[in-house]
Amino acid sequence: MSKTRTIRTDYLARVEGEGGMLVRMRGDEVLDVRLKIYEPPRFFEAFLRGRQFTEAPDITARICGICPVAYQMSSCLAMESLAGVEVGGQLRALRRLLYCGEWIESHTLHIFMLHAPDFLGVPSAVELAKIDPALVETALRLKKIGNEVMRVVGGREVHPINVRVGGWYKAPSRADLERMVPDLEWAKDASREAVRVVAGLDFPELEQDYEFVALDADGEYPIDRGGRIISNRGLDFPISEFYDHIVEEHVEHSNALHARLRERGAYLVGPMARYALHRGLLSPDALAAADEVGLEPVVLNPFRSIIVRAVELVHACDEALRLIAEYEEPSSPSIDVVPQAGWGHGASEAPRGTLYHRYRLDEAGTILDAKIVPPTSQNQKMIEEDLFAFVSGHADLGEDELRLRCEQAIRNYDPCISCATHFLTLDVERE
Amino acid sequence: MSATNGKKPVAPRKPTLAVWKFSSCDGCQLSLLDCEDELLEVTGAVEIAFFLEATSAMAKGPYDLTLVEGSITTPHDAERIHEIRRQSKFLVTIGACATTGGIQALRNFAHVGDFVSAVYANPDYISTLRTSTAVADHVHVDFELQGCPINKYQLLEVVGAFLAGRRPNIPEYSVCVECKRAGVPCVMVAKGVHCLGPVTHAGCGALCPLYARGCFGCFGPKEQPNTEALAAHWRELGADDPELLRSFRGITGNAPAFRREATFHE
Repeated sequence: MSKTRTIRTDYLARVEGEGGMLVRMRGDEVLDVRLKIYEPPRFFEAFLRGRQFTEAPDITARICGICPVAYQMSSCLAMESLAGVEVGGQLRALRRLLYCGEWIESHTLHIFMLHAPDFLGVPSAVELAKIDPALVETALRLKKIGNEVMRVVGGREVHPINVRVGGWYKAPSRADLERMVPDLEWAKDASREAVRVVAGLDFPELEQDYEFVALDADGEYPIDRGGRIISNRGLDFPISEFYDHIVEEHVEHSNALHARLRERGAYLVGPMARYALHRGLLSPDALAAADEVGLEPVVLNPFRSIIVRAVELVHACDEALRLIAEYEEPSSPSIDVVPQAGWGHGASEAPRGTLYHRYRLDEAGTILDAKIVPPTSQNQKMIEEDLFAFVSGHADLGEDELRLRCEQAIRNYDPCISCATHFLTLDVERE
Repeated sequence: MSATNGKKPVAPRKPTLAVWKFSSCDGCQLSLLDCEDELLEVTGAVEIAFFLEATSAMAKGPYDLTLVEGSITTPHDAERIHEIRRQSKFLVTIGACATTGGIQALRNFAHVGDFVSAVYANPDYISTLRTSTAVADHVHVDFELQGCPINKYQLLEVVGAFLAGRRPNIPEYSVCVECKRAGVPCVMVAKGVHCLGPVTHAGCGALCPLYARGCFGCFGPKEQPNTEALAAHWRELGADDPELLRSFRGITGNAPAFRREATFHE
């Protein structure tokens, strides 16, 4: 009988939050793969109960310092859909603009500071700066521009304060937005260059037969909202039927619930899914950037997600520029939202993938129940399947190399572990 | 020893920096990476010895400067913070979670009334404490930087002050002072908006009033806040007990001054 060996990383670096990884093998056969998530649960769903519906955007933003806008948007959309109102026109355009800022900031952080070091064999962007200072300076400037969009529209980069159910506290002026145009134009060029740079990296071999799941946003590349969830295998349902199609399981090695499709199991959300399902809706220049480097219309090698992320960076810059060019100051920064008793659903595309919120309110607008399904808990199972397939195909690699590649395979998903762990319900029982 | 002893002078060792995460959203440590213009300068002045979000290189302690994000919510973390303290010459807590227990400290109040036990889907899988507490409740803390999230320029000030061997210049007055300095008309006086600015620690730059909304206390209490007077004023503006309770029991609700005021409105 062959010897059993274990590949493990106790503390995953360059991801948001605390997780580890364990792969058990016998000879070249993989026995077990675990993405271990030990980040402590924070029980958001429990303490949202009893709060006012208007508090949800500020409270849920605190789930994640990297993608607070995603939480603010999904929660606002849920409350508004329940009240039967739609935030449209320029108020909605500002939301999409804020969200573009978050995509630019988050994608840049991941591409250059968290993921690129894997490909270039350095431990961090700080070390990368020693061998390619121009690349890191470009990344920092790009990130800063994304943050600036969030600051101008949302008030600050981390946990913006200007978002409210119904719109905004204060709408920015045209001049405020126009001041960002030269920077965003630079950012767009830098993003196109980023596509070229990352397309030139060496990609480990792996191809998976994914079920790609993303929002459908009525003819737009999905970012700030979407009414339906679709997949490349025929899923197509309104977000209100989320739990009819997706189940969440509590497994021992993770403090985050594992989501899977009822019918088929693991699925993938995030840039690769959006790109596979909505490629034709990218801005012409984003599409041209993808074509220029020969990016396949459906990317099946998860290591190549870094290129897709860079293509989305071009798209986010284009969208931001378009939204600013078409911006007219709204007559009022928000619309009235009168709470109703019932269930509300909201979903948007966080940088890492679909983020679904569901709330139950009473007629006074008090939250009775909350469910939040972040992208990383949806991807957990797929990450494990990628690891299984990768290790099975590369069992000949040396221990260290294999461990590094496994970590890289996890980072393909830009996992946000802080997000993923905050959703266990703290049920309280009366004695 | 001076350089006159004939030996070649040795370049001074750069101080080491370690960044640790406990229960949190990662936003405060991200603030360090958000210092885009200063990041490379900072990494030139300090050696990043441990910063899991940014680097896979992990150097052993002791560390000259330690930044701690997040609150203590598990038995394991309650042990880990002591080890980190032992390894750290100067320990700074950053953000509302580390300095007050953060929003997840709302669980601390769940025992009020007749809620007595917590039950999970699979309780055996989870190890968690009943409370979320500030780092200073567990170990000695050399400096606390408040905010949800922290202000990145204040973080730079704290790191810079440490390097220069002086006290950080972080004012402890209220948001009102920043508001007046920014020339923003008082939202409470002018529009009757319920605002926690008078009792909230400065640092955000009076952000919410600048955006025409009331402060909701994410920087925690200022030094010696008069919460009772503010609550009385809110009542005149039409606030009831449930609103006062929710407002004081929010993102920094476990900070003693806010925790105390909230109990008056239960």
